[in-house]
Amino acid sequence: MGEIVRVENLSFRYPEAAKFAVRDFELTIKGGEIVMLAGPSGCGKSTLLRTVNGLIPHMYTGEYLGSVSVGDHKVSEARMSELAQTVGLLFQNPENQIFMFSVERDIAFGLENLAVPPDEIRARVDEAMRQLGITDLAQRAPHELSDGQKQRVALAGVIVMRPRLIILDEPTSLLDPKTAVELVELVRRLRDETGITFLIVEHRLELLVRIADRLVVMSEGKKVLDGRPEEILADERAEAYGISIPPVSRLRNQLKRDGLPLENGFGPDELAEELNRQALKR
Amino acid sequence: MIEFRDVTFVHQTGKTALRDVSLKVEKAEMLAVVGENGAGKTTLVKHVNGLLKPTKGTVLVDGEDTRLKSTAELSRKVGIAFQNPDHQLFSESVEAETTFALKNFGFSRELIDQRLNWALQFFGLDEYRNSSPLALSGGEKKRLTLACILAWDPEVVILDEPTVGQDAIQKEKLSGIIKMLRSTGKTTIIVSHDVEFIWPLQPRLVVMSQGRIVADGPAHTLMGDEKLLEGARVMQPQLVKLYQRLRRRPDSPFASVNDARMWITGPVGVG
Ligand SMILES: Nc1ncnc2c1ncn2[C@@H]1O[C@H](COP(=O)(O)OP(=O)(O)OP(=O)(O)O)[C@@H](O)[C@H]1O
Ligand SMILES: Nc1ncnc2c1ncn2[C@@H]1O[C@H](COP(=O)(O)OP(=O)(O)O)[C@@H](O)[C@H]1O
Ligand SMILES: [Mg+2]
Ligand SMILES: [Mg+2]
Repeated sequence: MGEIVRVENLSFRYPEAAKFAVRDFELTIKGGEIVMLAGPSGCGKSTLLRTVNGLIPHMYTGEYLGSVSVGDHKVSEARMSELAQTVGLLFQNPENQIFMFSVERDIAFGLENLAVPPDEIRARVDEAMRQLGITDLAQRAPHELSDGQKQRVALAGVIVMRPRLIILDEPTSLLDPKTAVELVELVRRLRDETGITFLIVEHRLELLVRIADRLVVMSEGKKVLDGRPEEILADERAEAYGISIPPVSRLRNQLKRDGLPLENGFGPDELAEELNRQALKR
Repeated sequence: MIEFRDVTFVHQTGKTALRDVSLKVEKAEMLAVVGENGAGKTTLVKHVNGLLKPTKGTVLVDGEDTRLKSTAELSRKVGIAFQNPDHQLFSESVEAETTFALKNFGFSRELIDQRLNWALQFFGLDEYRNSSPLALSGGEKKRLTLACILAWDPEVVILDEPTVGQDAIQKEKLSGIIKMLRSTGKTTIIVSHDVEFIWPLQPRLVVMSQGRIVADGPAHTLMGDEKLLEGARVMQPQLVKLYQRLRRRPDSPFASVNDARMWITGPVGVG
């Protein structure tokens, strides 16, 4: 598939900010890719996401250099309503995007605006609620939910739109661990079945590395690493940039440095199996 | 010093969020609370500073019924950093936000300056001193809420999802300060989905599900119980899972990556 996102030589500074939040950024994403973005708190991740969905420069002013294209649109010139049909963004704080009186109305809101037939809306909203495990919350008021439940409602509202590109800003930050794993499975399924492209900011690397095609690391506004997740996790520079290398990946790296011949797997199950196999050989 | 006696809490909407919860937390204990979304964790901790009062049952803080106390009174003793920072931040600048409670409690100008400088430097917020809290990134906002609480040094520190938006370096610092709180005799309650963060602290662990406490014990024991955790939609920390899969020395959970590595490459291990 062709490329869906192209960020070229992008820099952005918020008004009155001393530093550029994003600097000289280059990024291309191919249709159907799952790209994970990681980096220290405050390094510019959310800012970069805003330049892709158009919040920057349409809703935030500031110094903007370079260009961003999504599909056939140049983001700085397209209208927000056009961009919204191609790109869906989950905000870091779910409260910034849930506002209706009931969960199901909230999830249906975007589809209603596009004048999708009511039967189809019903079916898609039900499916999204099922996918996020919130069917039993359908009639509840979103502002009366726990924070993790709010995050699930906001996620359903993004996924129900089925845009070509879905951007998730720390989507698992408020989810219980099991739901977080289920979300990762859902992302994989949506990509495999419908070809949706994902750009996801996430600190809990252990969750997404299994399904991501690429891991991009950002530091002080710049892109500093970009490659296959297993390569980045084994790269000594990654830790120096402050990203949380999952404990089992760190152990794997250390054991390899100690001379144990290990492959490039991810979780505890894979490592345990490899170690047990090696122990048997002795 | 904190005691829940058969506490049930029903929200105005009729939703029951706590069911017959009994819990005793001694001074200087470190407690971690885990459980599924909607389990009642936030509802539980909001009872400790009197923000919520039990529908049935009693909550005692230092032997005093929270129903007879105002939140303002309890706040001198109990500091809560809320799950959502936007519910807590309201000042025009980072500095004003951090000193707000200190001024309210009548701290001296000198002490206020000292605490302010320490908190902003520790949490990497010094460069934003004069910025609006609204112009901070999500993770920075979260750290500001932590800075505000820790600057005033309450007896009981409650952190609701403190690691949200934090990178490895910030988490490490946070972990350090939580250990320091324990060693200086503060009572600490951490609510978190981040089992990789909680586990190395080896706290007393309370597992909640559907408004009830379903288990209460040392983290190193409960985190070994995959079934129990699964019932509350919690996953085992990676290293616990690893050592269980290795099926060796089931009595010795690793406290750190280094422990595990020593064991694996050491005399009894496979290396
Ligand atoms: N303001 C409110 N009004 C009515 N019900 C509420 C309100 N806040 C929370 N609830 C409900 O109370 C229950 C417990 O919520 P609580 O916020 O304590 O959960 P939690 O364990 O902190 O979850 P999370 O992990 O998602 O933060 C949930 O069923 C939730 O929907
Ligand atoms: N609305 C805003 N106005 C001014 N500065 C901002 C705003 N949002 C974020 N910043 C600043 O820009 C930098 C990058 O922020 P952000 O992109 O939110 O970081 P991240 O998502 O990587 O944690 C930080 O220094 C932050 O304080
Ligand atoms: Mg962010
Ligand atoms: Mg909560």
